[in-house]
Formats: sequence, structure tokens, C-alpha cells
Amino acid sequence: MTGPRILNQPTTLLAEITYRCPLHCPYCSNPLEMTRAEAELSTSDWKRVFTEARNLGVLQLGLSGGEPLVRKDLEELVAHARSEGMYSTLVTSGLGLTRNRAQSLKEAGIDHVQISFQDSDTQSAEHIAGIRSVKQKRAAAELVRELDLAFSVNVVLHRQNLDHLNDIIEMAAAMGADRLELANTQYYGWALKNRAALLPTREQVEASKAVAEAALKKYRGKMQILYVLPDYYETYPKACYGGWGNVYILVTPDGRALPCHGATQIPSLSFVNVREQPLDWIWQHSPIFNAFRGDSWMKEPCRTCSRKNLDFSGCRCQAFALTGDATNPDPVCTLTPLRSIIDEALELNGSRPEYVYRYIEKDAVAEQAAP
Amino acid sequence: MTPDSRPQLWRLARIDFDRVRRRPVLLYPEGAMFINDTGKAILELCNGERTAGEIARKLGERYQSEVLSDVIEYLDGMEQRNLVVDRAAVAP
Repeated sequence: MTGPRILNQPTTLLAEITYRCPLHCPYCSNPLEMTRAEAELSTSDWKRVFTEARNLGVLQLGLSGGEPLVRKDLEELVAHARSEGMYSTLVTSGLGLTRNRAQSLKEAGIDHVQISFQDSDTQSAEHIAGIRSVKQKRAAAELVRELDLAFSVNVVLHRQNLDHLNDIIEMAAAMGADRLELANTQYYGWALKNRAALLPTREQVEASKAVAEAALKKYRGKMQILYVLPDYYETYPKACYGGWGNVYILVTPDGRALPCHGATQIPSLSFVNVREQPLDWIWQHSPIFNAFRGDSWMKEPCRTCSRKNLDFSGCRCQAFALTGDATNPDPVCTLTPLRSIIDEALELNGSRPEYVYRYIEKDAVAEQAAP
Repeated sequence: MTPDSRPQLWRLARIDFDRVRRRPVLLYPEGAMFINDTGKAILELCNGERTAGEIARKLGERYQSEVLSDVIEYLDGMEQRNLVVDRAAVAP
């Protein structure tokens, strides 16, 4: 790319207000090293960050974690976001959503509550979450409906629950969800460590596609269903977060501003903290946000590929995690020889015996390393 | 959509004004759509009870012109994006 670059205005801020969480999911997108509570940004820091984000153009605010409900100032943060004109989504496990809190969040102006469920089957769900949680989640969902809040159910899909997709969809509909997000596991961090136990088989993926398509028709106009194929089974990579530094900003509990979740795993990147610099400087000038903008960093075949403006060479963190070089093409792309890395993982996957399920435990990493 | 449809804005969507870009915007989970003043006027009338025909009549009076086909076309586009639902076609 030549000449001065005209930057997009970001549209979305994901505020991970804490890493503290009662759940222990093996595909968690949080880093392997987590931040202590005392290092978390203060209420006034977060409010300033929201205002700075709004001034940059951000309209969507995700309040996430960890479990955002563990922060006592959540209502104050929601009220501030609303007064700034942002659409706010509470991304919650549902644990800790008491009637008082749900009511006060509604009064503060929360627009939308998204509750995660791990599976339609209680035993399996609690096995994945590593804690008894289904009863509390269901109670939270009932509260959200009773208070007439906009309500999404989010389920992360993987080998253990993909065969239950139909039941999962019916569960969400029965709970009165306005919207169901079916998100396939993204394999970095925790999930990459547990990939052998989480990656679905091709047969599962094909079957789930048919189930999702039928449900899309059945629930049209009643419950919005979002379903995206796992990228390992795609021909081309995903346009990760709409392109690096294009529309999305994530701020971690301790204040690091990132272009995406996985960025902390790329060691060549240095982070800027919102305590040190205003968000607009970070967006425009920080090396991390500029690291993979444009196409001058791209390798072939991406740099001369007509798809580079569609998928931006795919996911940087996936490229780094699987090849050791974040400037490589995303190995998901069938136009790069690196695709063999994905194909090998898929082949290996087909021959895996069932017993890998038991590795979805807290000590999965250690156990998996054993022969 | 037909003149008898009863369009309703998706209950997860909210009309707001973006003070940064200085234009009306429709906000909904993980999305935002910039709308013009006419679109905003149409959407504000989509309460699931008024028919598309009634909405067109109201706006026609305001703009002193025949707007039914434009209103239907606009609502069709919004229905395609799942941002407007036809209450007359969907059982409660």
C-alpha cells in the first residue's frame, strides 16, 4: 500500500473487565497467564476508555471477562456506556445474575444479555464448564426473559457437543432466546492445547450444517440463529475481527489495548496500556495496531491475491500459533502450501479414538503430553 | 412485505443518533446500520400493529407524495436483514 492510509473508525469495543470467572472451560479465550484482581482497571479508568472509544466512533460495547458480574461497578459502567450512546451487551455465564442485579442492570440501560451455555445435556455441560452451573444459568435465563431484556444464548461448539446441535437449538428456543450464537471453537490458547479433544470430525460438521440450515428456516422471524462453520473445514480463512486494526478494539482487565484476543500470544508485539496512552493514539499510532494493517507485511500468495481485501490473509494469531510466524498466510487457506498443517490435524483427528474426551479436564495439558 | 404487513422493528434493535458521525443509526447485537432520516421515520412507525399501508399513508401526508412502493421496498430490505419482522406473517 502506498500513500497515507485512511484509517477506518472502529465500531466495536470488547471490554474484558475482569478475568475472574467461576467457570473453567477448556476452550477459554483468556490468556494462559491471567491478571490478578488488584491489577484490574478502576471504574473511572473504564469510563474514560468507553468515552474515548465512543469519540473514536465505537458503537458496540461488549462487557465481557471472565465473568463481568463479579465487578460490583458493572451497573455504573453500563449506565455510562448508555449515556455515551453505545449499544451494550453483557457477555455472561449467568452465574451471579440475581434478581436485584438483573433489575439494576436493566435500569442502568443494558441493551442485551448474552448467556453462555456449554451443552443441552446437563452432565456434559457441567463437565465442560468444570463446575455445577446449569441450574444457575437456567435461572438467569428465566430472569432475563421475565424482565423482558433482549436475550441471546451463546454456545461454543466442538466435538463433544456438536452431535447435540438440534437439542441445543431447541433448548435455546424453549428458553425464549431472541438470538442464538453457535460459535465454533477457535484454536488458540487453551483451545489449541485441547485441540485433539475438541476438533469435530468431518461427519459431525456435515451433519451439523444440515441441522443448522433446517433450524434457520424453522425459527426465521422468531429466533435469530448465527452459525459459522469451523474454519479448519473451510476453503478460505476467516476475515478475523474484520481485519487487523480495522473495526475492533479489545481492552484486557489490566488495560492493554489489543486488536484481538490472540494478540498477546504473538511475542514480537508490544502492548500499549490505556493507562499510559489515550485510545485514539493507540488506534492511530501504536505499533501493535499498525502491525498488520494494509498489505505490505503480507507474504505470497496473499499479497498479490484478489481475496486479500476479503479475508486480509486470515487470522494472524492462527498463523503464528501454527507456523511460528505471524506474517505467514493463515494455514486454513487452501491457496497456501501451509494448508498441509491443517489437513494433517484433520487427518489425525479422523483416526483419534474416543478416549481423548477424558482429557477435557483441568490438567488436560499435562495429560495430553503423556503418551 | 405487502400493504397489509404489520412490520415491527426487531426487539433487539434500537434507533439512536451517532454524535460522532452525526447521523441516525440503528443499533443491534454486534451490528450497526446507518440510516437516513426517511429510514428513521419509517422504522419509528414500525410497531407491529400499524400496517405498511398505514405507515405509507402517514409518511405520504408528511412528505406530500405517494410513498407506498418506497416504504415496501425499504421494509423488504430490512426484513432481508432480519431487522424488521412482519407481525401479520409470524404467529406470536
